[in-house]
Amino acid sequence: MLEHILRRMGFGASPADLASWAGVSIDTVIDRLLNYESASTDHDSKIGNPAYVGITTASGTPFSPNTLINDARQRWLFRMIHSQRPLEEKMALFWHNHFATAYSKLAGAIGQERATRLMDNDPNSLPGSPAGQIQVLREFATGSFPGMLLAMAKHPAMVYWLDSQLNIRTRPQENFGREIMELFSLGIGNYNEADVYAAARVFTGYNWQVTGDRADVQNSYYTFLYRSADHDTNAKTFTFAIYPNGGKTIPARAAAAGEQDALDLILALARHPATAQRLATKLYKFFVNETSEPDAALVNAMAQSYLANNYNIKAVLRTLFQSSQFRNPANFFQRYSWPAELTVRSIKEMGFSGLSVNTALTPMSNMGQQLYEPPDVNGWELGAGLISTSSMLTRMNFAATLAANQRFNLARDAQPYRATPERLLEYMLARFPSIGFTSTATRAMTDYLRSTAWTGTDAQLQTRVPGLARLIVGSGEYQFN
Amino acid sequence: MSFSRRQFVKGGVTAFTFGFAAPQAICDIAFAQGSAARNLVVVYLSGGNDSLSTIVPYLDPNYTVRRPTIAIPAANVLQIGTDSSGVALGLHPRLTGLKSIFDAGRLAVIQRTGYANQSRSHFTGFDIWGTASTSNTSGTGWLGRYLDSQQMPVDPLIAWNTQRETPRPLMARLVGVPAITNPATYAFSSPNTGVEATYERTAQTKISSHIPVDRPHLAFVNSQTQAAMNTLDRVATVATYRPANTYPNNGFGQALTAVAGAMNKRIGTKVFWVQTGGFDTHATQGVNQGAYFNLMATLNDGLKAFYDDLSAQGMLSNTLVLVYSEFGRRITENGSSGTDHGAGANMMVLGGGVRGGIFGTAPNLNTDPANPTLENSAGDVKYETDFRSVYAKILDSWLGANSVSVLGGDYRTGAPNIL
Repeated sequence: MLEHILRRMGFGASPADLASWAGVSIDTVIDRLLNYESASTDHDSKIGNPAYVGITTASGTPFSPNTLINDARQRWLFRMIHSQRPLEEKMALFWHNHFATAYSKLAGAIGQERATRLMDNDPNSLPGSPAGQIQVLREFATGSFPGMLLAMAKHPAMVYWLDSQLNIRTRPQENFGREIMELFSLGIGNYNEADVYAAARVFTGYNWQVTGDRADVQNSYYTFLYRSADHDTNAKTFTFAIYPNGGKTIPARAAAAGEQDALDLILALARHPATAQRLATKLYKFFVNETSEPDAALVNAMAQSYLANNYNIKAVLRTLFQSSQFRNPANFFQRYSWPAELTVRSIKEMGFSGLSVNTALTPMSNMGQQLYEPPDVNGWELGAGLISTSSMLTRMNFAATLAANQRFNLARDAQPYRATPERLLEYMLARFPSIGFTSTATRAMTDYLRSTAWTGTDAQLQTRVPGLARLIVGSGEYQFN
Repeated sequence: MSFSRRQFVKGGVTAFTFGFAAPQAICDIAFAQGSAARNLVVVYLSGGNDSLSTIVPYLDPNYTVRRPTIAIPAANVLQIGTDSSGVALGLHPRLTGLKSIFDAGRLAVIQRTGYANQSRSHFTGFDIWGTASTSNTSGTGWLGRYLDSQQMPVDPLIAWNTQRETPRPLMARLVGVPAITNPATYAFSSPNTGVEATYERTAQTKISSHIPVDRPHLAFVNSQTQAAMNTLDRVATVATYRPANTYPNNGFGQALTAVAGAMNKRIGTKVFWVQTGGFDTHATQGVNQGAYFNLMATLNDGLKAFYDDLSAQGMLSNTLVLVYSEFGRRITENGSSGTDHGAGANMMVLGGGVRGGIFGTAPNLNTDPANPTLENSAGDVKYETDFRSVYAKILDSWLGANSVSVLGGDYRTGAPNIL
């Protein structure tokens, strides 16, 4: 149960993590993981400390996670592995997929330094600099959904990603207006083409600007700009209610007050029952079970919590995490692990002393989930869509890389269980929890340990224990979360 | 989207148990399907291609009026003649290679393809084109159903997806299509070397060959591992292929090189999936340079290299390439010198067996809301040819399948006579 909670509300547990939670009641574990506001945020100070997973910088360059995307990816993986607030990172990943924005388009326009800042700048890195998109998602991770929608609409990463800066009064451009309804809130079937036109006009005038010395790419950054002259001041009529009284028309407003249009629309989208249902379903699949039809009663309860609590995400999560369904063993391992989840969990369970998270970046890309680079605005193709022959080869081969890296640690940990292959296998299956192997599969593993006569010597352990770890972590049975 | 995929997995899992041939039998099957078999290469232009910029009705006066900054000047297009309605057409100026294939009579362009009430969503649109259904867009794909109709057991390499994710069109009930993005890295690695690595590979194969019928999702994952393990050695031979001519050094060129390599090494693959992205040109499409020009460069140079390679190897007559996108774009350019999501679009078919030429008629771009060639208050191109009739023609006349059963309906009437 504890492992399940830590896998779902975070990214799994190292042996040390499990020890630190020993004896704590499950209710308390869930409560502390959910209400993480008082938990330490000092994880970044551990970067470079040999007791934690390592990072690798480009030669001659200091670690620059706010201005180099490769370093940003390493910092995010480091946080997923070591943060004292695992749910914050888990939700940031969830929202990254929901508001899927890709670094490469930004970098193509404004260069890697400012594009990296747009994706995940930590404001502490440069006085006055605004939070990057993912950092904003961390701040809103369990907070107000309309607040998050508005923050995304105005975030310069999103402005450029969906062309808002080109959406002007005289020639509206529909990219953002369409996706905020189709993907970020209502879902398809709850609006029509006329609504897309109207939504585009709502966001006319949304733009971005460089703040600071334009020539100094390290120390300047993009911020939101509302250009009132580009805003369409006419009334906008929708097919669904914009106001609580059922009114469907955003009134004509002076250009200077035009930003209010977006506030009205965003609140309407957040308040819409279709949004409540869609978010609840998405969260259910992310946290409970995606291999069978969602439990309608729990999804409805989550949607009700959302609507009854000012569209607050923590209220939804509280309903979810306190439900019996969340703790039902029938729902354990009923999600396909995202590549980020598989990567972090396998690192935590395999061990990380002497490992650099840089090692994981190319495999994650080949598994189909490069951080800050979703394939399109719809996010990653999840569930069974993550699994193909080539992604399975990559998952298996990443397990081989980790096992080779941790060869001596794994062999040392296995020494107490060296008496027989069966005893060793029992230990390894407990260390690397999975959906469960049949006797056919476990026999293949003991046969492997006996490929030549079993001696249990250090030399044999150093070969076969990493080999077995690779077989388990690379198995189909381990790919579920 | 992903939820639907799981449903399909669930329905297909029993078949997965029997769908794959034992490794020993694979070489025989591959040989029997053999080099003489025809193949289909599907090229998907991801993002919604602005087909009015691909095949330009350059004399339509409304073309330049409605596209003041992105219209391609009449003097620049590569003229290919007029269609049956008398509209003069030209290819995008960067499509010089496709022009030469057109001139050789091996490129067919089909104008105004689509379907009624066309979706402007990338994702729904892609699924409609993929499933060949406007009502059930979450089921198996049309190519997947074609694969399912093959005699079982089927060789795992009967189809080859050059992308990491299985696209909707390839989703099948009985066949798991391997995703092979790069034959050179499609390999097994081990923490150990030599005979110890061999022991491990043997164990991995045994573990994944167990496909429990009562656990459909695990069965699906293991079936993918199994397909990978069973095809590693043959895919490795494809990695040794060195084309005689030069392909462009980009993802599209590399994918087409792998396809040509699979043909050269006589793998026996019947369906290949290739795609190239960036067609969601909401902004700065450009004319003689810029985003759309670059897209056309990628498309043209990749397809021309592929065509020349197959031609030199005498394999062109076995190959059919189908090019399509999920929708066309709005006729009137937007305020950012780009185009928003639209409706009807062009398809292209090329290969040694193709009857080249211009099929279908161009839209009339006048803004009269009653204009019958347009829809959405004359904002978008209205389809004339159901895209499924093109699928039907390819299934029946090229792959020798039964399009009525594969497509779940009779779309044969009105099919352009491209073969």
